[in-house]
Amino acid sequence: MTPAPFEYARPRTVEEAVSLLVRHGEEAKLLAGGHSLLPLMKLRVATPSVLVDIGRLVDLRYVRDAGDHIAIGALARHHDLETSPLLEREAPLVRYAAGFVGDPQVRHRGTIGGSLAHADPAADLPAVIVALEATMVVYGPRGERLIPARDFFRSAFEPALAPDEVLVEVRVPRAGGRRWAFQKFNRRSIDWAIVGVAVVEADGGAKVALVNMGPTPLRAVETEAALRGGAGPAEAAALADRGTEPPSDLNASAEYRRHLARVLVRRALERIRR
Amino acid sequence: MTSMVGAAVVRKEDPNLLTGRGTYVDNLQLPGMLHMAFVRSVEAHARVRAIDGTAAGAIPGVLGVFTARDLPELPPIPTAVPGLERPSLARDRVRFVGEPVAVVVAEDRYLAADAVARVAVDYDPLPPVPDLETALAEGAPLLFPEHGSNVYTEVPPAGDAEAELAAAPRRARLRLVNQRCAPAPMEPFGVVADWGPKGLTVWASCQSAHFVRGQLSQLLAVPYRGIRVIAPDVGGGFGAKQSWYPEYVVAALLSRRLGRPIKAVETRSENLVAMTHGRAQVQDVEVGFDDSGRILALRVMVTQDAGAYPGDAVGLPMLTMVMSAGCYRIPTVVTGYRAVATTTTPVAAYRGAGRPEAAYLIERVVDLVSDETGVDPIEVRRRNFLPADAFPHTTHLGFAYDSGDYDKALRRLLEMIDYEGLRREQAARREDPERPLMGIGFSTFVELGGVGPSAMMEGLGMLGGWESARARVNPDGTVTLAVGTSPHGQGHETAFAQIAADVLSLPLDRIEVVHGDTDVVQEGIGTFGSRSIAVGGEAVRRASLRAREKATRVAAHLLEAAPEDVELRDGRFFVRGSPDRGLGWEEVANKAYRPTQLGDLEPGIEVTAFYEPSLTTCPSGAHCCVVGVDRETGRVTVERYVGVDDCGVVINPLMARGQVMGGVAQGIAQALYEQVSYSESGQPLASTLAEYLVPSAAEMPRFELDHVETPTPVNPLGAKGLGESGATAAPQAVVNAVIDALSHLGVRDLQMPLTPERVWRAMQTATGGAV
Amino acid sequence: MKIALTVNGRHQELEVEPRLLLVHLLRERLGLTGTNVGCDTTSCGACTVLLDGQSVKSCTVLAVQADGAEVTTIEGLSGPGGGLHPLQAAFQRHHALQCGYCTPGMVMAAVSLLAEHPHPTEEEVRRGLEGNLCRCTGYQGIVDAVLEVARSGGGVEP
Repeated sequence: MTPAPFEYARPRTVEEAVSLLVRHGEEAKLLAGGHSLLPLMKLRVATPSVLVDIGRLVDLRYVRDAGDHIAIGALARHHDLETSPLLEREAPLVRYAAGFVGDPQVRHRGTIGGSLAHADPAADLPAVIVALEATMVVYGPRGERLIPARDFFRSAFEPALAPDEVLVEVRVPRAGGRRWAFQKFNRRSIDWAIVGVAVVEADGGAKVALVNMGPTPLRAVETEAALRGGAGPAEAAALADRGTEPPSDLNASAEYRRHLARVLVRRALERIRR
Repeated sequence: MTSMVGAAVVRKEDPNLLTGRGTYVDNLQLPGMLHMAFVRSVEAHARVRAIDGTAAGAIPGVLGVFTARDLPELPPIPTAVPGLERPSLARDRVRFVGEPVAVVVAEDRYLAADAVARVAVDYDPLPPVPDLETALAEGAPLLFPEHGSNVYTEVPPAGDAEAELAAAPRRARLRLVNQRCAPAPMEPFGVVADWGPKGLTVWASCQSAHFVRGQLSQLLAVPYRGIRVIAPDVGGGFGAKQSWYPEYVVAALLSRRLGRPIKAVETRSENLVAMTHGRAQVQDVEVGFDDSGRILALRVMVTQDAGAYPGDAVGLPMLTMVMSAGCYRIPTVVTGYRAVATTTTPVAAYRGAGRPEAAYLIERVVDLVSDETGVDPIEVRRRNFLPADAFPHTTHLGFAYDSGDYDKALRRLLEMIDYEGLRREQAARREDPERPLMGIGFSTFVELGGVGPSAMMEGLGMLGGWESARARVNPDGTVTLAVGTSPHGQGHETAFAQIAADVLSLPLDRIEVVHGDTDVVQEGIGTFGSRSIAVGGEAVRRASLRAREKATRVAAHLLEAAPEDVELRDGRFFVRGSPDRGLGWEEVANKAYRPTQLGDLEPGIEVTAFYEPSLTTCPSGAHCCVVGVDRETGRVTVERYVGVDDCGVVINPLMARGQVMGGVAQGIAQALYEQVSYSESGQPLASTLAEYLVPSAAEMPRFELDHVETPTPVNPLGAKGLGESGATAAPQAVVNAVIDALSHLGVRDLQMPLTPERVWRAMQTATGGAV
Repeated sequence: MKIALTVNGRHQELEVEPRLLLVHLLRERLGLTGTNVGCDTTSCGACTVLLDGQSVKSCTVLAVQADGAEVTTIEGLSGPGGGLHPLQAAFQRHHALQCGYCTPGMVMAAVSLLAEHPHPTEEEVRRGLEGNLCRCTGYQGIVDAVLEVARSGGGVEP
């Protein structure tokens, strides 16, 4: 219920934050909305010695039209995304999926940056940005670099972020009226997905990303290939679990997850067909 | 004055609770107060070789780390099997994950948690016994070697009904699992103990301040007058806060030793492994019946998982056995049970305590009979119901049902649902592959309330089954009622005031109800077993009546009339026939304390009543659940839930509905969401609210409720009690509905919780994977 | 570390450890015990307060994160005369509480819900309260209370 003791630093800029991360190395963790990190710290599963609180860097909290993409600042809260008219127009899949993260209180605090950097295989937004082929903007001691979404998730809880780097922005390509669907299957509405599916129309077919079918969000590549080859939703969806390694846990077996993936992908593809 | 009994008045308790003025134990701040936290076993079964508190004790602000060895005066936790001891702090052996092995005391809860994290315990693991199968296997590891087996107690059936089962035209068997649940009240358990020169005061989140005081007195060898127990606002209990917890004596003794108040409030993670669990029964059932669906013989063998120490679960299955036949007239019923030890959290009462398990089994049996014979499930129930003139009815174990009219509730239920229409819709949806399947499930149940006669209660370790109420008429004409019950959400301050208001002809706001303080309230028994209205309410009625009688004598003296000629109406005492010559309560009450005005009458109006119930009562009802089942994922949605309850006379319809809805919600949660499970090594798998799936408003349906009234002859109020009915009714309504949804596939049985995967697998198995 | 925040309209300056949770600051340092703790996994919502007008689970906010913020707890909800807020009155009318432990958090969550969705459907109310668990009521009274306030006022000032 209560975290172990830690030192607390409140940098005024991203550069300062990076300096602190450089100084403290693995002993430091970034604190944004705190709704991925603090629950772990309260159970004392995570015990960082230093918390670098970037939650006040308001310059990183935005949803902006940046020409060929929508730029979402890493500190945009899920609630900001859920209520953004810009996202509704240009990347409605993001807006919609953000509304399924946790509950209203969590959405008032949790940030997209925090959620993506946490890289929980059961989280919704990582799969969404993989489906949309977004680009992550990361800032570190060596300056800024861009990481495509598909390369951003290395493994469960392991983003492609060095310990001294900060995720500052997510660049989502304009969806421009392309149809989309998001299916989240869980027990209670506040629970993480047992399996989730994010689908967006693409030339010749669709991009299909899966939640909780492996240690990272996965694209259902064989489904996508089948769609490009002219297969219909049912035929393509039957391949949705190929190349996945779904977990077996308290909520579901791997076998059931595979079945769910196929069902949910088919339902999502049928939605975008209509 | 309109009658208050039966009125849907809003609660007197609410303004405080709504504005954040609740007085829950964790709100207490006393000067010099310290925080206590347990170091808990991480092993399911182990010898404790060493406990090293040095590093923990060295943290500034930590006052000490104590083990059983440091507290030789620490009494054990009472168990239900003589000779099998349960220490308050484990000495050399632990038997479940979460069992306290040491305790730390610190200036605040953060430091206490830091200290707990630094205590090093050296365990020598023993083979775990995580489930019944392991416990009962040949050569199983024994939790209590001196006991010789893992069976705490066994009550064999009187006969085996084999002749009657064999003679029945048809026969079937069922194995039912009533899975282990965590009561999980929103407020975890906690105490504050302050043992100073004047004695011991304990504030406890409990279901009976007097029971706690009595236990403390016995365990600590301190006379009653040296102990005060206060139950402040209690955030839910559901039976589990009637259990005895080590915090009680450990906090008390540490307070005495350290000379400071000690607060011990568990976290939710602790609560889910330390608070007693509920249900945890496996039932092997055999039923003999005929082609018309009439049940002829029933044999029930219950195996109760009682957990790591023999507590209340050792006796609870008795209640299951007693109620096994449910609402039905079954010629031959034999029941037996055994309570078994496993290296898991001890099991005790949870909303219904043994009766939901009985209602579940008999209602599943009835649906099985319906499936096998093709007779409609409503019709099977009707053919087997105890008729309205069969009461009092004595069950196979000599237990009496007070009154009931099961068909009356069922008729009302059928009026509320369009049964024919539902069956038509079910058929239409079955044919349409685009639509989810639909199922209709019934639950006609009977359970126990108003517990109970003292002979029964003494057997359960209570002082008795009576209840007390003291009515004091204050000199200003208001009334203070001190009641021995101990609410944790039930609204006694309102309901008892309603009962008293009718007897005393006083408005509600002139009646104050106090409870939960052994210094203020006469000896009482407490709140559990749906007893507060049926037993406590009658005590309130009697005390109010005696207060009224004394007041009438005073009024008669003042009016110079005979008491039998004085009436009380609309708050006024007057001589019959001369209503304009009367006295109000204020005047009578005031004069009642003035001997100069009373002649020979003894001054004062303060009366106490102790009411001993002659029988328990039997609330009952008929519920119906309509579910949708997703054909592809197996997800179950409760589309409709309709319930008709019979608790006899209803004191407050608003509160009665609330009790039913809350109980039904827990029943639906058991049917669809909740499961406490253990790994093979005895590790609890769902020990947070993120994993133990207590549902939110988003998961719950709207409830359509009504009631019928079959008054109980047991008490003059005619009230049976209601608190546990919803939890007793709902699980089987849901399960029967889901099985009904899948019956066309040949599915006959499913175990709770009906997770989507479980339902999906049943469909797969039934269709050979065609789904 | 020194922090300054406004709680129920009153300015507060306190010295706190970085790890102090906002809920404990409120309950133990400021004596505002109306906000309750019901779990340790950000699941139950009993600790819900308003932070700069939005509902948050105060058990998952560090006090230092609330530096400079405006916090409203259940104690700050009543009017200046101490009368019941419309939601509180509706909760009483609809018997939306029994033991009362989840109630302060539930009420604050409902305040925030109605501020963002002044005219919710029943489904939206249920989803909007998904972060608040109750073990006593079965939720129907709560939902009815919120719907009644929504219908009569169409929105509530946070």
